Amino acid sequence: MNKPATPNSFRTGPDEQGMFGIFGGRFVAETLMPLILDLERHWNEVKNDPEFRAELTGLSTHYAGRPSKLYFAEGLTRHLREVSSAKGLGGGAKVYFKREDLNHTGSHKINNCLGQILLAKRMGKKRIIAETGAGQHGVASATVAARFGFPCVVYMGATDVARQSPNVFRMKLLGAEVRPVTAGHGTLKDAMNEALRDWVTNVEDTYYLIGTAAGPHPYPELVRDFQSVIGSEARAQILEQEGRLPDTIIAAVGGGSNAIGLFHPFLDDKEVRIIGIEAGGRGLDGIEHCASMNAGAPGVLHGNRTYLLQNADGQIMDGHSISAGLDYPGVGPEHSWLRDSGRVEYVPVLDDEALEAFKLTTRVEGIIPALESAHAIAHAVKIVPDMDKDQIVIVNLSGRGDKDVHTVASMLGMEI
Amino acid sequence: MATRIDRRMAKLRNEGRPALVTYFMGGDPDYETSLSIMKALPTAGADIIELGMPFSDPMADGPAIQAAGLRALKGGQTLVKTLKMAAEFRAGDNETPIVLMGYYNPIYIYGVDRFLRDALASGIDGLIVVDLPPEMDEELCIPALKAGINFIRLATPTTDDKRLPKVLQNTSGFVYYVSMTGITGSALADTGKVAAAVKRIKGHTDLPVCVGFGVKTAEQARVIGANADGVVVGTAIVNAVANVLGPKGEKTADPAEAVATLVSGLAQGVRSARLAAAE
Repeated sequence: MNKPATPNSFRTGPDEQGMFGIFGGRFVAETLMPLILDLERHWNEVKNDPEFRAELTGLSTHYAGRPSKLYFAEGLTRHLREVSSAKGLGGGAKVYFKREDLNHTGSHKINNCLGQILLAKRMGKKRIIAETGAGQHGVASATVAARFGFPCVVYMGATDVARQSPNVFRMKLLGAEVRPVTAGHGTLKDAMNEALRDWVTNVEDTYYLIGTAAGPHPYPELVRDFQSVIGSEARAQILEQEGRLPDTIIAAVGGGSNAIGLFHPFLDDKEVRIIGIEAGGRGLDGIEHCASMNAGAPGVLHGNRTYLLQNADGQIMDGHSISAGLDYPGVGPEHSWLRDSGRVEYVPVLDDEALEAFKLTTRVEGIIPALESAHAIAHAVKIVPDMDKDQIVIVNLSGRGDKDVHTVASMLGMEI
Repeated sequence: MATRIDRRMAKLRNEGRPALVTYFMGGDPDYETSLSIMKALPTAGADIIELGMPFSDPMADGPAIQAAGLRALKGGQTLVKTLKMAAEFRAGDNETPIVLMGYYNPIYIYGVDRFLRDALASGIDGLIVVDLPPEMDEELCIPALKAGINFIRLATPTTDDKRLPKVLQNTSGFVYYVSMTGITGSALADTGKVAAAVKRIKGHTDLPVCVGFGVKTAEQARVIGANADGVVVGTAIVNAVANVLGPKGEKTADPAEAVATLVSGLAQGVRSARLAAAE
C-alpha cells in the first residue's frame, strides 16, 4: 500500500463520511443507517454545547474522580535504571503512569460511558445495550445505566464470562443483564455481533453504547473525543510537572480507545514518539495473537474498514490474547490510518512479556495493573533502559488488575 | 439493458403473480449437496435464486443462517467456490436469475473489479450486500451497475419517506423490503403493515418490490404475495437443510429433496396470490 502524504495535522479526521483516509465509514445494514445518522445529528449538536460539556465535566470530576493523576513511577524507573546500568549503559528514562486505574469502576472506560449515557438521555432512549470483552466496559456501562436509571443488557462472549467472573458479578450487582454469547470463540467479536443484532431488532428505544473507538461513524470519533480527556490531562500535567513534553508515550491497543484517548492530543507534537502495543499472544508466526495491524490486512467488519485478522477468503479469524480486553481481531479505524500514515508505531507484546510486566509492576510499584495495561508497561520495560536519564516516558495505565488475578493465578499454576 | 431479473419480473407480471425468491446458503453442508439444492430450485417453482455467500460474522442474520454459514465454511466453501457453483448451475439453466447475497468483506478481499468480472462470467445477475448502505455506493454499487449487474437494495421499516429516494437511487432489479426490524428468521410482521409499506415504496419507484424476513409457510407466501411483486424465503429453506442433518452433520435424508418439497408448497402459495393493486 502507498504511504499517504503527510497531512498538516493528524487531528482533523474523520471527514464528513466518517473516513480516516480509506479507513472508517458506515458499513451497516440499512435498518441501522437512520439510527446512525440520528446519532450523528445529536452528536454534532452536543459536542460543542457548553451545557453538555459542563454536565460531563461535573460528572467526570465528582463521580468518576477526574482528573486522574500523572504519577512518577519511581520504583519502576529505579528498577529499569539498574537494568540499564547492568547493560553498561547507565541510562533509563523517567517513567510516568497515567492513572486511569484510579477512576471510578477501575479503568478508562468510564470516560466514554459518561459521555454516551448523557447522549442517550438527550436522545430520549429508554434502554442501553453494550458489548464487553474484559468486562471493564460492561461494568462501566452497567454503572452509568444504574446511575441514570436505564435498563442495561451487556453482551459478553462465553469464554470471557468464564475468565472475567468478578466483572460479571459486578455487572449483575449493578442491575445489568449479562447475556453470554457462545458463537465463534465466545469473545469480544462475537459479543459485538450479538449487540448489533439486538440493536437492529430494537431500533426504536435502544441506545448502543459501544465501548471502543471502532464501529460505524460517528462512534470512532465520539468515543475518541470522550477518551481524549486522558491525553489532554496528561499533556498539561507533564508540562506542569516536568516543564516539557514527554519523549515517548505508550498505550495498549485492543479496539484502541484508551490509546487513541492518550495519543490524540499529542498527534501534532512531532517530537513525541507514539507507540501503540498490540497483543502478540503466543507469537505472530501462528494465529494465536491479536496483532491486526502487524499481521492483518484492511477489511470491513462491525461497520468500519480497518486492519483485521482474516484469511485469504475474507473470513474473520478468532485471535488470542491472555488479556480479554485485547482479544479482538480488529482495531479502531483511526489507528489503522495512523499506522499507514506512519505517525504512530504499533508493535506487538507477547502474553509472557505482559505477565512479567504485570508481576514487576505489582512488586516494584505496589500497583496491580490490568493485563491490557501490562502490555504497554512491558514495552516500556524493553525500551526505557536504552533511553537517557533525562528522557520521559508516559505509559497509560488504563485499568487496574483486580479482575485479572484469577487468570494470572492459573497462568502461574497457583490456586486461589 | 434488461437483465435476467428484469425479464423474469416482466414475465411474472404478465402472468399476474408474484415471484418466489428463494435464498439458500452456498456450500451448506458441502459443495456438491448445495449445488444439487440449487439445481432443484427452479423445478420446484423458484423464480429467482438468492445464493448466500457465507461469512464468519453475519451481523444481520439470525441463528439459522448463522449456523448454515458456519456449516458451509467448515465444509470448505469460499467465494471462489460460490462463483463456481453459480457457473455450474448456469451451464444448465440460462434463464433463472441468480442474486448473490452476503456481506462485503469477502468481496473486498477478493477485489471488487476481479469479483465483478468473475461474477459476470459465472452468470450472476444481481447482488445484495447487507452492509453496504447507499452512503457507501462508491465501493461496489456503482462499479456493479457499470458492469451490468443489478444492485438490489434493502428497504426497511426504518427507511422513511425522506430517506427512500436515497436508498432507491442506484437500486436496480428489484427492491427487497425487509418486513420488520431485526435479524433473519424472526416472526413475520403484521401483514397489513407490510402491505402499506410496499405501497409506500411503490410510490417512489417503478421497480418490483419483493418482501422478505419472516416468511416461512405457503399460506404466509400467499398473503404477502397478494400485495407484493415477490416473496423472499430464506430461513425456512436453510432450516429444511438443517433438519435432515444429524448431530455430526451427516445427512439423514436428501437435502435437495427436502428443499424441493418445501419450495413446491411455497410456489403454490405464491401462485394462488393475486398481484397487488399497485398494477
